[in-house]
Amino acid sequence: MANADLKANRPLSPHLQIYKPIVTMVMSILHRITGAALYFGTILMAFWLICAAAGPESYQFAMDVFGSFLGRLVLFGFTWALVHHMIGGLRHFIWDMGHGFELSAANWMARATIIASVALTVILWIIGFIVA
Amino acid sequence: MIDMRTPLGKVRGLGSAKDGTSHFWRQRLTAVANVFLISFFVILVIALQGADYASFIKALQNPIISTLLLLVILVGCLHMKLGMQVIIEDYFHSEGLKLLLLMGNIFFASFIALASVVAVLKISFGG
Repeated sequence: MANADLKANRPLSPHLQIYKPIVTMVMSILHRITGAALYFGTILMAFWLICAAAGPESYQFAMDVFGSFLGRLVLFGFTWALVHHMIGGLRHFIWDMGHGFELSAANWMARATIIASVALTVILWIIGFIVA
Repeated sequence: MIDMRTPLGKVRGLGSAKDGTSHFWRQRLTAVANVFLISFFVILVIALQGADYASFIKALQNPIISTLLLLVILVGCLHMKLGMQVIIEDYFHSEGLKLLLLMGNIFFASFIALASVVAVLKISFGG
């Protein structure tokens, strides 16, 4: 193997684009994507708190940013990412306890995750508009 | 189950990354805490939406609210630091870039955490 051509164009193991998407796989990918999105979303939280700490004018500026159409859209996405990542996390706790590994259970929980996350996000925003 | 580890491995007990299960344990510990903390955070944000400056400051000067908000920030940032570390380790294989990103991850998480903590403390101490 000493003179093996390490840069040769050898076949690689199949990656994501080879597989047909299935619900458990899509939920796994979404868990990671929402996690990464929330990571950068914390910039919004820091912005909100720093503006409030800086005084009334900058607090009002932050409120205007979040209250704009684009601001609300981003916050809606933020809410869904947060809720989805949390429900996905609860699913991981069930697996940690040694339950839910049967194919039927895993598929059922994956479907429940996306349905619950979308429903809960909408409910939270309805509550938000009611108490506003 | 038969334990396949060597006696030396058992004594050291930390595996090749030399931190054993501590990453997993911290990830799950912060995850359990976050179920409650983030629920509080979402309720707080809904309650404070569109609040004027005075009532926002008044809310954050409540010591229970500011304490819980500080926990949201610290536990949340620790959890996201652990998560992003795994993402970086999974997708970046060149040692130099990986090291750079792993450092950047810690810098980013620390900055967000500290900046938010300072803001909350300034408000809650009445600054």
